[in-house]
Amino acid sequence: MNYALWFQLASPEIVLSIAGLLLLLIAAWSSDKSARLVSILTVAAFFGALALSLNFLLADGYAEGADAFYGQYRMDRFAALSKVLIFLSAIACVIVAPKFFARDGMMRAEYPILILFASVGMGLMVSAVDLLTLYIGLELQSLAAYVLASFLRSDDRSAEAGLKYFVLGALASGILLFGMSLLYGFTGTTSFIGIQTAFSDGVSTGALFGVVFVLSGLAFKISAVPFHMWTPDVYEGAPTPVTTFFATAPKVAALALTMRVAIEAFGGQQSVWQQIVIFVAMASILLGGVAAIGQTNIKRLLAYSSINNVGFMLIGLACGTPEGASAMMTYLIIYVAMTLGSFICVLDLNDREGRPVEDIPKLAGLSRTRPGLAAALAVFMFSLAGIPPLFGFWGKFVVFDAAVAAGLIPLAALGIAASVIGAFYYLKVIKVMYFDEPADVIAPSDSTARLALIAVSALFVSPLGYFATLALSPITEDAARALFWAA
Amino acid sequence: MIQIFAFYLFASVVIASGAFTILARNPVHSVLWLILAFFNAAGLMILIGAEFIAMLLVIVYVGAVAVLFLFVVMMLDIDFAELRGGFMKNLPLGLALAAVFLAELVFGIGAYRAGNIELGEHALNPARMGASNIQAVGELLYTRYVFLFEMAGLVLLVAMVGAIALTHRKRAGVRPQNIGSQVRRRPEEATRNMQPVVGEGVEL
Repeated sequence: MNYALWFQLASPEIVLSIAGLLLLLIAAWSSDKSARLVSILTVAAFFGALALSLNFLLADGYAEGADAFYGQYRMDRFAALSKVLIFLSAIACVIVAPKFFARDGMMRAEYPILILFASVGMGLMVSAVDLLTLYIGLELQSLAAYVLASFLRSDDRSAEAGLKYFVLGALASGILLFGMSLLYGFTGTTSFIGIQTAFSDGVSTGALFGVVFVLSGLAFKISAVPFHMWTPDVYEGAPTPVTTFFATAPKVAALALTMRVAIEAFGGQQSVWQQIVIFVAMASILLGGVAAIGQTNIKRLLAYSSINNVGFMLIGLACGTPEGASAMMTYLIIYVAMTLGSFICVLDLNDREGRPVEDIPKLAGLSRTRPGLAAALAVFMFSLAGIPPLFGFWGKFVVFDAAVAAGLIPLAALGIAASVIGAFYYLKVIKVMYFDEPADVIAPSDSTARLALIAVSALFVSPLGYFATLALSPITEDAARALFWAA
Repeated sequence: MIQIFAFYLFASVVIASGAFTILARNPVHSVLWLILAFFNAAGLMILIGAEFIAMLLVIVYVGAVAVLFLFVVMMLDIDFAELRGGFMKNLPLGLALAAVFLAELVFGIGAYRAGNIELGEHALNPARMGASNIQAVGELLYTRYVFLFEMAGLVLLVAMVGAIALTHRKRAGVRPQNIGSQVRRRPEEATRNMQPVVGEGVEL
């Protein structure tokens, strides 16, 4: 029992929790007038937590990671890298929100605070090495997310999105809990290491059911097919800054959590979960590619795009090798940059009265009215499609490379074929922007913060991003190695 | 001897009050019978040494859930006579469901007795064998699981913040009592001296 060390290991979450409680007091005393101050302080708290996580990621002393709180929480390089990604996306989502909500006078101090608490939950998720930590982290994140989805309570679509997300999320939590109780019943422990030990001499039928139910519950949280149905509706209905948040930070957390559960807890019995992951990955890639073709709403299109991308990332997990995990983390980093960029571009699409524009046909001729924005959006679309000079190609390349190395050649071939289908709808958006007659509905931007964020993410996914691989690949390899340390 | 007597007392009262819960004509009486059933079930739990569950039953079910039921029954205008009219119609379905549940129960216990299910071994802590349930649960909750316990507190806090954020609003057009302004009011602001002329009526 070394509480000083434990608090130090959990410091990112502790800093965020204390900041959240204090900001809640500020918000309670000065109501919505303080929304701006609370947002600024939230970003400051996030930067503090980010610095702490970066320290764990880069300092030499934590190569193996360390457990805290009686083996319920682990801080290693994998958790630290995931946390860095989560906090960066959360910062972006707090920064872009005030301009969006100000139009309806709905910018309230609760928005940054809920993002803060959701991030505490996500930090717990990626550090979880016990089923109980996993569940509490997941619930903390989900509960805040349900509220955020219906944050524009005067808007029917937002309320519908929140309700839908809540009901289906509760169902998924039930499935997950059922699986966890089966695992506990048949292995006698909730810790990942304990489950791994119990699995070392075979998996009983009951425990197998547990594995399937746990993976189904997690597949819901990462919106992988066949548990993806909520994604387009929730992404379309939720306010755009919240959608940006949903598509980035919770995705990172849930994917990292899935990796840790699969590799650490079920690692000894790879054949048990590998076929499930392969099926989910294939189905997500195909459905995400095909169903997006008919969409005319750009937020729905991006929702299907995120389903599609989750499929590609799961290929990395399906390999079950450190190379696969490292490829998955690389893809995840690039995915966050592409998704943040494209959603902030969507946030910048407003008509002359300041109303958000989400219809793709209304983007016609954007290249002539807003050439910069059109170019940025084109960069993100090309990158999401995985077209070579851009950084999105690198993510797909490393994932397929790992799949081929692990002998999953049919899966890799199918992924490559499906990415061609996917390219069609990304290119359709670009065609509308560049070759159609100008519809002239989009007004000039009114926010430099948004433009700066778009520029940064566009620069990262541009071919210049390949310079970052020099720094990134040792980090992702370290993270993957940390994940396999116990396995 | 006293234990056997207590068991039959609690058990028969549970069954009787359970029956009265569904047979009582007045829905408020139904809820009161339900509360009696909860209390006696708590007594049964104490008999088998599960005093923590007994306390939970009284605090959570009687203290919160049953009182909530009572509020719902008394506040909402539900026509219970009409609801009861569906009883005969739904009786076959109810009986069929009851038969399925019974069969599952028998099947489950039978399968477990047959020894075909191998559950995981879970080590009991021999040092804690003599302690009461409440002591054992409390010690674990506030030492080994203290981190998760605090985080579960955050989950509840988020639920509370969320409920307020989504439903609390400033209502326009309501005129709440402002005691300060009432006290501050002077006679000059509220009264006027008038000189009504005879035969002209009064001006209001």
